[in-house]
Amino acid sequence: MTENFLLVRGLAGGIGIGLAAAIMILLNGRIAGISGIVAGIGKGLGADSHWRIVFVVGLPLGAILTAQLHGLVPQIHLDASPMTLAIAGVLVGFGTRMGAGCTSGHGVCGLARLSKRSIIATCTFMFSAAIVVYFTRHVFAS
Amino acid sequence: MLKSPGIQIISSLFSGLIFGSGLWLSGMMDPRRVLGFLDVAGGAWDPTLAFVMGGALLITFPAFRLTDKLQTPVCSAAFNMPTNKVVDHKLIIGAMCFGAGWGLVGLCPGPALAALSTLNADVVLFVVALSIGMYIHDKFFSLS
Repeated sequence: MTENFLLVRGLAGGIGIGLAAAIMILLNGRIAGISGIVAGIGKGLGADSHWRIVFVVGLPLGAILTAQLHGLVPQIHLDASPMTLAIAGVLVGFGTRMGAGCTSGHGVCGLARLSKRSIIATCTFMFSAAIVVYFTRHVFAS
Repeated sequence: MLKSPGIQIISSLFSGLIFGSGLWLSGMMDPRRVLGFLDVAGGAWDPTLAFVMGGALLITFPAFRLTDKLQTPVCSAAFNMPTNKVVDHKLIIGAMCFGAGWGLVGLCPGPALAALSTLNADVVLFVVALSIGMYIHDKFFSLS
């Protein structure tokens, strides 16, 4: 696959993600922020949890259905040790709750709302992620 | 009729399916591609993530302008917009922790959940840890 093709796929996939977020806000009046939607399920399985559960189930289902249609298995390259995966998972879960959003809520939706909090949060997590990658790959690289 | 909880569940499912489909198509379900974007000093920088964000904003930017024109959403009684406008230490520290975890392995919540479809044991471990992290915050830190 050429580099340009991967960029076009990225753009098309982004448009799909944007469409999903547009459906969520224009039809249901909700922000399509993954971390917020997931955390809401943990607050109890009442009437407010049903739309959250089907959305979360839709994510892997949509991914696998599209992959099947194209006859391509998604490649997941994870080089991290189980300990690193566990630490990273806890950091992402804790951080997205304390910061009230992740790449979808702050990035895809918050930036579109021109929310000051989301613009600052997006710059902060992008910067913090890039710093960590710099240190793990170029400073402490084995 | 159009504003019943049943319709909202159908539109939610559609949104989730399209979101997952977009994540797969974008290539961002693969942590290696995400790290390729975050690794600005790597020499083989992968700009795809910027195209994904740009493509998404191409749709969400006009969509959120439309919320000002609509009285209510099509299938529910009111828009649930975030009301907090304060930039405080929780926003900054939270975003820093999230970014650190994201940079460590290259997975954020959306792609991690979508990647559960591959039944990859490492992804399952990450999602379990993510849930524990959320629980720790909501149980012990949400009232401070």
